[in-house]
Amino acid sequence: MGRAISMQALSGAAPAAAIVLRQVSKTFGDFTALSAVNFEIGDNEFFTLLGPSGCGKTTLLRLIAGFEDTTGGTIHLYGEEIGNLPPNKRPVNTVFQNYALFPHMTVWENISFGLQMLGWTRKDIDRRVGEMVLMVKLDQFADRKPSRMSGGQQQRVALARAMAPRPRVLLLDEPLSALDLKLRQEMRTELKRLQRETGITFIFVTHDQGEALSLSDRIAVMSAGEIQQIGPPSDIYEYPANRFVAGFIGETNLIGAKVTAVGKDVLTCELSDGEIVHARSDAPVSEGRAGSISLRPEHLTLSWEKPVGESLRGEILEVTYLGTDMQYRVRLSDRLHLDVRHQNKNNAIVAINPGAPVYISIADNAARFLVR
Amino acid sequence: MRRGFDIKHYGGFFALTCLCLFILYAPLIIVMIYSFNDSPSITRWESMSLRWYRDIFTGVESEKFKVAAWNSLTIAISAATVATMVATAAAVGMIRGGNFRGKSVSFALISLPVMVPEIVTAVATLIFFSAIGFTLGTLSILVAHIVFCIPFAYLPISARLQGIEACYEEAAQDLYATRWQTFRYVLMPVLGPGIVSGFLLAFIISLDDFIITSFVKGSGVETLPTAIFGAVKQGIKPNIMALSTLLLLFSILLVTCSYFIGKRGEVTHSEP
Ligand SMILES: Nc1ncnc2c1ncn2[C@@H]1O[C@H](COP(=O)(O)OP(=O)(O)OP(=O)(O)O)[C@@H](O)[C@H]1O
Ligand SMILES: [Mg+2]
Repeated sequence: MGRAISMQALSGAAPAAAIVLRQVSKTFGDFTALSAVNFEIGDNEFFTLLGPSGCGKTTLLRLIAGFEDTTGGTIHLYGEEIGNLPPNKRPVNTVFQNYALFPHMTVWENISFGLQMLGWTRKDIDRRVGEMVLMVKLDQFADRKPSRMSGGQQQRVALARAMAPRPRVLLLDEPLSALDLKLRQEMRTELKRLQRETGITFIFVTHDQGEALSLSDRIAVMSAGEIQQIGPPSDIYEYPANRFVAGFIGETNLIGAKVTAVGKDVLTCELSDGEIVHARSDAPVSEGRAGSISLRPEHLTLSWEKPVGESLRGEILEVTYLGTDMQYRVRLSDRLHLDVRHQNKNNAIVAINPGAPVYISIADNAARFLVR
Repeated sequence: MRRGFDIKHYGGFFALTCLCLFILYAPLIIVMIYSFNDSPSITRWESMSLRWYRDIFTGVESEKFKVAAWNSLTIAISAATVATMVATAAAVGMIRGGNFRGKSVSFALISLPVMVPEIVTAVATLIFFSAIGFTLGTLSILVAHIVFCIPFAYLPISARLQGIEACYEEAAQDLYATRWQTFRYVLMPVLGPGIVSGFLLAFIISLDDFIITSFVKGSGVETLPTAIFGAVKQGIKPNIMALSTLLLLFSILLVTCSYFIGKRGEVTHSEP
């Protein structure tokens, strides 16, 4: 069943995208969980859906896997419309958030289940499952029941079970969220390695921005059932499309501002307290437009003397030690505060007391003007 | 928790408990003891013997009891089997079928027989059978038993199914299993202990049913409860006590099995 679709796609002329969603929507009763989602995922891509809890990430995965029917729109897998196929006819496998390992089967049986259902021969199954347990380093545990394994081990079984039938696309629903920090970091590396070695297209769901930034080829940031921005991690971080993306990915200072002059590629903006900042925008903006300016704390630098170039004046409110960094909260005016971050290098921690007057300089091209 | 809320501290609680247990179990214990009495009297103790147990298997009434026991057993096994299959299908449909029109009505219909007085069911079934001209005999008993066993099999099965997350079935379908394969290889094994308890409950209920059976059995066919009742009408002999004791032990055995199967299911099922 899965084979049929993939063979046909391979023989086609143009290399089709792994997954294409067009105007996909989903409503539960009168609640809209997803509205008009569009995107294309390339072959072998590590694609991440990132967004806060309840924004519709799981719903989107369930639509692709076939556990829910779309309310509208189409889903294509390597050029074939799959929106109307039942889950068992889609060459797509899922790693469930709670793993959903079959409790009455051993690790070996769990991993071989999909292959048996596809009608593989005993010999092929044994070879493939043998490969998979080695790949996820569980060959010692092949005869264990899942209930007698740790969270990390269960997670690897779930991964092996989903990858064994060589799906065209692997869906992973927050697979690392149940693990502790150390294990999570190990598994991140592991996941990336598996994806690179197998060449399977991954659609990875997470609400952890660190995970998304470090693993993905591209990220789709979602909020309230809508895609806010799609792009490579650096684009999402450096050039957020709107306030939501800027605030959700990393930390940022969002300040209300108004455009007073439009230059060739620089906008002159006035902050609410009258200070002037130069910013860039990806969207076309006209004079008089109100919006916000996003300033990443690490793009700002403190100094005692007025620096050359663009700077703002303020006084230190609060100093926080963060291990690798030092974070300073600076008061510009009664209503305007900025967070500034300096990396702690060579033990050069400078004691700065609250109340000290400082200048903040803004790195070139660091200020982004956001319309929405 | 406040001390006053603990029922153990109410005066007379212990005495009341003892009284209830005594009323419940004393007759059973007396019957068990007197079944070993070597005397034709049911009240006067003579000496210890297995005389009445021998009598069940070799005495004048032994043939009647054997036929009745055989009838009871075959009817109970068949009725419980069919009822369990119907109940499993019903539970899967009700709990996994999503929301369909008439869902609560279906649920009420399935569980109603538990609440309807048995005598009403018995009379109604008899009237229905004679109205459609159904010959009374083993078959009519079987049909009646299947029907009233379904809700008893349904309850443990649906209770267990409710505790099983739908994700196992989704995982199976995701791994290319058809609906039937999903049921056969994933849902049924996980649901297994529930199915077994449902079967055993239905079996016990069918085995000891008296009222409905005596209405729909017609003449000539006897099950163990109706045979015992028939024998008792001609005066209670100690062989009835022996027979009752055997039945009691059999029931205890089944209930124990059912308990341990349920227990084992819980252990293998418990994971995050
Ligand atoms: N079967 C359903 N019936 C009704 N509403 C649903 C159903 N499934 C999901 N929803 C709603 O759709 C929205 C999106 O849910 P979804 O599970 O996709 O969120 P999510 O992004 O995966 O969140 P999380 O990060 O917490 O897992 C939620 O508001 C949820 O309440
Ligand atoms: Mg989710």
